Amino acid sequence: MTPNLNLWLIPVLPLAGAAVNGFLGKKSSRAAVSVVALFFSGAAFAWALAAAFRAFDTLPYQEYLAHWIRSGSFSADFAFYLDQLSLVMLLVVTGVGFLIHIYSVGYMWDDAGYYRFFSYLNLFLFFMLTLVLANNYLLMFIGWEGVGLASYLLIGFWFTKDSAASAGKKAFIVNRIGDFGFLIGLFLIIQHFHSLNFTQVFEQIRPSPPETAGAGVLTAIGILLMVGACGKSAQIPLYVWLPDAMEGPTPVSALIHAATMVTAGVYMVARSHGIFERAPVALTVVAIIGTLTALFAATIGIAQTDIKKVLAYSTVSQLGYMFMACGVGAFSAGIFHLMTHAFFKGLLFLAAGSVIHAVGGEQDMRKMGGLRTYIPVTFATMLIATIAIAGIPPLAGFWSKDEILWQAYQTNWVYWLIGLITAFITSFYMFRLLFMTFFGDYHGVQVDEHGRGSHSHGGHGHGEPHESPMVMLVPLIILAFFSVVGGLVGVGNRFEHFLAPVFGSGEAAQTAGEAASRGTELLLMAVSVVAALLGAMLAWLLYLSKPHLPQKIAAALGGFYEAVVNKYYVDELYATVFVKPLVDGSTRILWQGVDRKVIDDTINDAADGARHVSDEVRHMQSGNLRSYAGWIAAGAAALIAYMIWLGVGR
Amino acid sequence: MVPLSYYLVLSGILFACGVAGFLIKRNIITIFMSIELMLNGVNLSFVAFAAHWHALAGQVFVFFVMVVAAAEAAVGLAIIIAVYRTRETLNVDQVNLLKL
Amino acid sequence: MLSVHLILFLAFGVVALAGAINLLAQTHPINSALSLIAVMAALAGEYLLLGAEFVAAVQVIVYAGAIMVLFVFVIMLLNAGVEEHTKGSRVAVLFGIPGMLLGSLLVAWVLLRHSGTEAVVAGALPGAPKTIGPLLFHEFLLPFEITSILILIAIMGAVVLASKPPTTPPPIPGTTTSAATPPGPRKVN
Repeated sequence: MTPNLNLWLIPVLPLAGAAVNGFLGKKSSRAAVSVVALFFSGAAFAWALAAAFRAFDTLPYQEYLAHWIRSGSFSADFAFYLDQLSLVMLLVVTGVGFLIHIYSVGYMWDDAGYYRFFSYLNLFLFFMLTLVLANNYLLMFIGWEGVGLASYLLIGFWFTKDSAASAGKKAFIVNRIGDFGFLIGLFLIIQHFHSLNFTQVFEQIRPSPPETAGAGVLTAIGILLMVGACGKSAQIPLYVWLPDAMEGPTPVSALIHAATMVTAGVYMVARSHGIFERAPVALTVVAIIGTLTALFAATIGIAQTDIKKVLAYSTVSQLGYMFMACGVGAFSAGIFHLMTHAFFKGLLFLAAGSVIHAVGGEQDMRKMGGLRTYIPVTFATMLIATIAIAGIPPLAGFWSKDEILWQAYQTNWVYWLIGLITAFITSFYMFRLLFMTFFGDYHGVQVDEHGRGSHSHGGHGHGEPHESPMVMLVPLIILAFFSVVGGLVGVGNRFEHFLAPVFGSGEAAQTAGEAASRGTELLLMAVSVVAALLGAMLAWLLYLSKPHLPQKIAAALGGFYEAVVNKYYVDELYATVFVKPLVDGSTRILWQGVDRKVIDDTINDAADGARHVSDEVRHMQSGNLRSYAGWIAAGAAALIAYMIWLGVGR
Repeated sequence: MVPLSYYLVLSGILFACGVAGFLIKRNIITIFMSIELMLNGVNLSFVAFAAHWHALAGQVFVFFVMVVAAAEAAVGLAIIIAVYRTRETLNVDQVNLLKL
Repeated sequence: MLSVHLILFLAFGVVALAGAINLLAQTHPINSALSLIAVMAALAGEYLLLGAEFVAAVQVIVYAGAIMVLFVFVIMLLNAGVEEHTKGSRVAVLFGIPGMLLGSLLVAWVLLRHSGTEAVVAGALPGAPKTIGPLLFHEFLLPFEITSILILIAIMGAVVLASKPPTTPPPIPGTTTSAATPPGPRKVN
C-alpha cells in the first residue's frame, strides 16, 4: 500500500518561505529572516528524507494535485512523480540547498539586501523542486523557466553594479535561446504523442525500434531537447553565460551554477532517455557536444586568474562529462557524476567564498598565496574537494568520473581519450588553483576598513586574512565528508542497480565478455589515476617549485596563450555576429522605424490633421454677421435644390 | 385666367430679392426689411396654393405667419435699438466683437 | 389670352417687383421702407385677386399699417443715415448671391416647365371672414391661442430689450479686442 507522501509539501515549503521573507522580510530582523529561510528549506529537506524512507520500496510514486490544462485530447496536470532518478535529484537539491542556506547566513550577513537574498534562494528551491518532481514536460518547463528567473534575480543581486545586471541579462537571454529549442521539441512531442506526460509518452515510444536513418521525429525531438539542455547546462555553444554568472554572490554560484540548476539539463536528458535511446544520431550529438565542451572549457580554465572563473569553467567542463556519459548511453553514470559533482563543486565554491571572505573581497588568485596558515579549515576542505575533482581514489570524483570514462571507452575510444586528457587538465588547473591560493607567500594587500574588491560583501577591518565563522565552516565540513564517502555508493555498480528501474538494464547488456572487460576496466582506472597525479605534479612544478616557469611558457606560446586567456574570443564573436546586428536592427528598424515613424507619427499626424481641418473650418465662425447670412443662404439654396431634385424625380 | 405658376414665379422672385437684400445690405434695418420681404413672398405662395387646391388652411396659415412676423419685428427692432445703444452704429459689419 | 384677371395680376406684380428692386437699390433705409410698403400694398391686391379678402385686409392693417409703421418709427428714432460702404463679407457675396440667383432661376424654370397647371379662377375660393372664422376657432384654435401668447411675450421682450439700462456706460467706440490664439494640440511622444 503506497502511503500518501504529500510530495507537494516539498516544493511548497520553500515557496512559503520565499513569500514570507519577500513580503515581511524588509521590516524584520536578520535573525528572523534567517530562521524563516532555514526553517522552510530545512523542512523541505526533512520531508524529502521522510518521503525517501517511506516510499523507498514502492517507487515509482505518482501524486496528482490538480487539473491544469484539459484541451481536446491534450491534458497536462499539476502532478508529481517520484522514482529513483527524481529521488536522487530531490535529495541532492534539498540537501545541498539546505547546507548552502546555512552557509549564506554567515556569508551574506552584512549585506543590505539580506532578506531579498533568502527570498530569492527559497524561490529558486521551489522552482528547482518543481522541475525535479514534475510528472510531465510542461510542469518541468515551468520549473525550468522559474530557475532561469531565479538565476537572473540572483546573478544580478547587486543590481546597482552594471556588470552584475548585464550578467543577469546575459544569463537569462542565452537561457531563453536554449528554451526556444526546448519548446519546439515539446511541440513536436505534443504533435506526435498527444501528451507531455512522461509515462504516457514513454509508453507510446516503447514499441518503436531505434531510428537508424537518423532523420526521424525522435531524432529531431532529441536534438531540440539537447539545445534546451545546452542553454541551461552551459554546453557549447550556449555556455557563455556561466562564467559571467560569477558576478552573483558565491553561495549563488555554489547552489545554482554548480550543484543544481545547471544540472537540470542533465536531468532532463536522463529523464528523456527513452527518446534518446531510440535516436542514435541525437545521442551521438549529445556525446560530441559534451566531450568537446569538457575539453574546451578545461583549456580555458588553466589560464584564468579569478578564482571563481576557474571554478566556473571547471563546472562547464564537468557538465560536459555528464553529457558525455548520457551520450554514450550511460545515464546512471551521468547522474552519479551529477551527485558527486554537487558535493565537491558545491564545496569548492563555498570554500572559495570562504577564501574571498577571508581576504576581504579579493578574487584574483595572483593576490593570494600562503593562506593555508591563516585559514586552515578552509584549506583542508578545499584540499579534499580538489582531490575529489581530480579523480584520485578513494574520493567521490574518482568513482563517478571513472565510471563515465569506462562507459565511454566501450562506445568509442576517442571519447575516452579526450575524457582522459580533460581529466589531466582538470587535475592540473585545480591543483594550480590550490597552490596559487594556499601555498607560497601571501601577495595580498592588507585588508582595509571596508574590504577591497568589487565583490566585497563587507569585509572586516582586520589586518590579515582570518578564518570564516562557524556558520560558514560547518557546511564546508559536511560537504567535505560527502566528497569523501559519496562515491562509495557507486562501488560494485550499486548505484547503477539502484537506478535500473528507471533506465532499464540496457547498460547491463555490456556484461558480454565480462572477465576480459574487467581487466581492461582496472587498467583504464589506473591510467586515469596516473593522469590525475601527473596533472597535480605539473601544477606543483609550475607553481611551487619553479614559479617563474609559467611566464616563460606563456611568452613562448604567444598568441595561442592570448587566445586562451581571452576565452578564445567567443564572447567577442557572439557580440559581433549576433548581438550587434540584433541591437542595431532593433534600434533602426523597430524603434526608429516602427515605433517612432509608424506608431507615434500616426497619432501625431492624426492630431495635426485634425488641427488643420479645424483651422480651415473655423473660418465659418468668423464673428462677421454677413458671412453667417451668406452661409445660411447657401445652405438654404442647397436644401431647396435637393428638394426640387427629389420632386423632379417623381 | 392666370396659371398658378405665374403666382409662384412672382413669389419666387420676391423671395429671391429678399435674400439678395439680406446678403448685400449693410444697414441692419434694411436687412430686417428684406426678411419681411421674404415672408411676404412666401405668403403669396401660400395663398396661391390655397386657391388652387381649394384649401382654406392656406389662408389661415398666412394669418399666423403675419402674427409671427409682427412678434418677430417687435423683438428684432428692440434688439436693434439695444445694439445701437452700445455700438453707436447700424452697420452690421461693425457688430463684430466675436471676430477672430 | 388677355383677360382682366391677367392684366390686374400683371399690374400688381410689376408694382411689387418694382418695390422689391427699389428696396435693394436705395441706400437710405427710409426709402427702402417706403418701397416695402408699396410692395405690401400690391400684394394685398394680389390676395384680393385670389379671393382672399380677409388675408388682404389683415395684410393692409397689420403688415403695412403696423409693422411697417414700427419700422419707420425705429428708422426715425435711430436717425439712420445713408449706408456707408464698408468691407462686407466675402462669403455672402461669393456664396449667397449666386446661390440665390441659381435657386430662383431653378425655381422659375421648374415652375414654368410644369406650367400646365390649371388657371386660378379669380375669386373662386371665398376667403371672407365668415369662412375663415370658423376655421380659426375650431381647427386652428390651439395655434391661435399660442400665437396670442407669443405676441404677449414678444411685447414684454421688446419692452425689456429696448428700455434704457439703469446707468448707461459710455458706449464703446468701434475698437476690437484681439483674442489670444489658443495653443495647438500637444504632440504625442
